[in-house]
Amino acid sequence: MSLSAKDKLAVKTFFGKVGAKAEDIGSDALARTLFVYPQTKTYFSHWADLSPGSPQVKKHGLTVMNGVLSAVELIDDLKGGLLTLSELHAFMLRVDPANFKIINHNLLVVLSLMFPEDFTAEVHVSVDKFLAQVSLALSEKYR
Amino acid sequence: MVEWTDFERTTIQDIFSKMNYEVVGQQALARCLIVYPWTQRYFGKFGNLYNASAIMGNPMVAAHGAVVLHGLDKAVKNMDNIKAAYAELSVLHSEKLHVDPDNFRLLGDCLTIVVAGQLGSGFTPEVQAAFQKFLAVVVSSLQRQYH
Repeated sequence: MSLSAKDKLAVKTFFGKVGAKAEDIGSDALARTLFVYPQTKTYFSHWADLSPGSPQVKKHGLTVMNGVLSAVELIDDLKGGLLTLSELHAFMLRVDPANFKIINHNLLVVLSLMFPEDFTAEVHVSVDKFLAQVSLALSEKYR
Repeated sequence: MVEWTDFERTTIQDIFSKMNYEVVGQQALARCLIVYPWTQRYFGKFGNLYNASAIMGNPMVAAHGAVVLHGLDKAVKNMDNIKAAYAELSVLHSEKLHVDPDNFRLLGDCLTIVVAGQLGSGFTPEVQAAFQKFLAVVVSSLQRQYH
């Protein structure tokens, strides 16, 4: 399910519009991941406060969202462009790749509630495909 | 037996009592057919599903979306025994419609995204958790009679 030219354009246009809200989007998506899927909290046992709105969630949400935005720039070669991030997730963080689907779902929920007019069905399918490709690229070095 | 907190019960009743079934049903089903095009396999008789705007404007999709959403009413009204309430619907989806149960999850995800778009900031993480728990029970009950 690789990205067509139409998908790439839709993704670039949409994230060009909403990228300024990276911290809000990322921290809300991360907060929902931790709250709605409590098993994901196991990766953050070293944080004092895992509640939505906590400074650690906000900071890390921005980190994650900046990663997504940089992937938009690397959309023509996600595997190559995200190699270092893949190594980080594979060897250091060792996040089970099943969790990528979870945060992707919550990113879509947040994009839908924050940008109801812009997050049309066509944008939705392209962004969903893009996030799936990002997840694949991040999983590349796992084994 | 599924345990529901007061918050979860109130949230589900609240969401559905305020919902415009025609709009949300159409949006959710159309999104499902657009975002996961293989789901179109069940709708061969629905006419023009060739592209996103055809699907969005298709009156049969709109009508069926409303049917599906009204089907959720059964669960909203019988939260303490959704499994029993959905026994017949489960048999229908398995024996007659031959729907791969994975599709229930896909439609559920699209419904969550549409409801999020409708409620905006009102779709808090707590509300999302309650809504997704409800949908998970519905999906599980619909799968129950498959063999």
